[in-house]
Amino acid sequence: MTTTVGHEPQTMAWTRKDLLGLRELSAEDIRLILQTAESFREISLRPIKKVPALRGKTVVNLFFEPSTRTRTSFELAAKRLSADIVNITPQGSSLSKGETVLDTVRNLEALKVDALVIRHAAAGVPHLIAQRATSAVINAGDGAHEHPTQALLDLFTIQEKRGRIEGLRVSIIGDIAHSRVARSNIWGLIKLGAHVTVCGPPTLMPAAIDQLGVRVTHDVSTAIRDADVLMLLRIQHERQEAMLVPSLREYRLRYGIDQDRLTHAKPDVLIMHPGPVNRGVELDSRVADGPFSVILDQVTNGLAVRMAALYLVCGTRKEEDLHGDTPH
Amino acid sequence: MATLLIKGGRVIDPSQTRDGAADVLIEEGHIAAVDTAIPVNGARVLDVSGKIVAPGLVDLHTHLRQPGREDKETIETGCRAARRGGFTTICAMPNTTPAMDQRGIVDFVHQEAERLGLVSVRTIGAITKGRQGRELTDFSELFDAGCIALSDDGNPVADGFLMRRALEYAKVFDRPLIQHAEDPALVAGGVMHEGLVSTTLGLRGIPSEAESIMVARDIALAELTGGWVHVAHLSSAQSVELIRQAKRRGVHVTCEVTPHHLALTHEAVGEFDTRAKVNPPLRTEKDRASLVEGLRDGTIDCIATDHAPHTDWEKEADFDAAPFGISGLETALAVCVEALITTKVLTWSQLIEKLATAPARIADLRAGTLAVGASADLVVIDPSAHWTVEPQRFVSKGRHSPFAGRVVTGAVERVCYRGVESEP
Repeated sequence: MTTTVGHEPQTMAWTRKDLLGLRELSAEDIRLILQTAESFREISLRPIKKVPALRGKTVVNLFFEPSTRTRTSFELAAKRLSADIVNITPQGSSLSKGETVLDTVRNLEALKVDALVIRHAAAGVPHLIAQRATSAVINAGDGAHEHPTQALLDLFTIQEKRGRIEGLRVSIIGDIAHSRVARSNIWGLIKLGAHVTVCGPPTLMPAAIDQLGVRVTHDVSTAIRDADVLMLLRIQHERQEAMLVPSLREYRLRYGIDQDRLTHAKPDVLIMHPGPVNRGVELDSRVADGPFSVILDQVTNGLAVRMAALYLVCGTRKEEDLHGDTPH
Repeated sequence: MATLLIKGGRVIDPSQTRDGAADVLIEEGHIAAVDTAIPVNGARVLDVSGKIVAPGLVDLHTHLRQPGREDKETIETGCRAARRGGFTTICAMPNTTPAMDQRGIVDFVHQEAERLGLVSVRTIGAITKGRQGRELTDFSELFDAGCIALSDDGNPVADGFLMRRALEYAKVFDRPLIQHAEDPALVAGGVMHEGLVSTTLGLRGIPSEAESIMVARDIALAELTGGWVHVAHLSSAQSVELIRQAKRRGVHVTCEVTPHHLALTHEAVGEFDTRAKVNPPLRTEKDRASLVEGLRDGTIDCIATDHAPHTDWEKEADFDAAPFGISGLETALAVCVEALITTKVLTWSQLIEKLATAPARIADLRAGTLAVGASADLVVIDPSAHWTVEPQRFVSKGRHSPFAGRVVTGAVERVCYRGVESEP
């Protein structure tokens, strides 16, 4: 642990104040985060899951939108690095009292915090805050824009399972139009040399998506065939109300991934899903829990990736900070 | 009132097909003479050699916010912004609170403007009560009160039956109905143009067809009724083409375009820049080029600012939450110079036609002219002066502009309204 982390960041330095999205990152930036995450993964396997890397730093989880896994993942990541972390959610806070986003942030900054982890239903909120805040900002999902730590943990998981990302074929299937996970993954996968296919009904495809350098198909068998990775996206019930799909049943019949459809997939295909899964809609239960599924590995890896993200943006890279609670 | 001689300038007055060196003599608040080498005869002399002297600009589309949202703009700050931008006549849109849907509110706006005496403020009344799109307002009352047109601006008249009846009834007055052309169902909560930029940013898009479908419907209804529809702030190539064809068929349709739609595309949104959030949205380069061409070939009759001021805190929000609108009065001329003169699309005379003569004609006002006997409303422009757009120095309360920081050409040097001449 100490050796890996101690040596690795010296070759490439993290120079950004914030982590807002993968579109603005270079392939080198992405590799640096993944390598840093690799070195942190082992901490969570120890009996005492804590190192003092961010001791004395204060992180705020500022979640304007409900979240369980992302918020918990960031909270544990901060705690395992010994940072102090505060959770702010809409219920029972000024977020529900009509205060502007920037006023909320100005007040938090007056309390001298180091990093803000932001989740918001509107695209661009982390950008808005990052431009005006002196603390580091990590985007934990903004509208349909980006969810960088989710894509990073997806990349990490693919790298872990396949040993590489370059040259792999990844098909993202589902509601591409409304998915921040899809966008962040498209940027990240392309930057690292993967071939990306997006698949779904035309009503769930955003305008000009083909101009992002992806292959577009509306035929799920095309997306499955030759794919090394199938990344499923959650279909929300609201889509049916908005007339984007006639019914969830019809979606399942045409795009749902079950064992029959998987017979046409590569024998070692990876099934990924950012969660929460709508069992029986985009993913059949037996596939979700089956041998190709790496859905829970994604969650585990998310912790290491978020530790890396917090560590890098908090700007602590001194070797002695990383000596942990293990004897040395 | 003393006489004033504006001497040595290049006088551009498309209403008199004049473009050349001349002096302008002003007596008793009116144009007394425009000629070469007018003798001084004791008049105060304003030497404007090297400058352009033109009729005061006329804006068909201004949001003054008063009554209702005086924190965004007041009639006074709006009039001062107009003057700063070289406008001596502005037409106030009815989306105030309460809406300008009856005489009392219209009278209030006219009286307040008259009391201030900064520029001429005309009004555009609402087509429907409360701009709700359900019941027609009393058109006679509004036109008798001095409204130059009617519009539910901000809201389209979505109901085709209601629009048909409004167009038919308005024929009695020979005045246009100004339509904010937009199919609300197709807008579907969109916040910018639907395309590569909206997809990249994950923002809900507004397709060009949301506008062009409504333009096509209104052209059909104008054709059916013989009424006059004026399409506000055109934004898409399809709309330009629809109007071009309609005019060829002789349909009574006129339209306007804003300086920002002539100068910018959806790329201006960049990374969620709310200063470029405007309705209709900035669209593609193809759309922008079509608007420029439509203006050049006469399909588009005039330029209007759609000056839409908001408070700083409202605009300093996330892209979904921030209101639509650009504070445009103080930059309109310079933005047009950059988009149209520097690129040699229009001559100066043609630009003045689009910014003064044509809008005055549509509004049926004796403005936008330096004809002898007309009110001495004019502007002195330095066509080669460079300046930097600094919204924090705007006199409008709306200090948000997508042109902030841009070095632009063409400055308003002096403004004369009813013969009273000053710095802008």
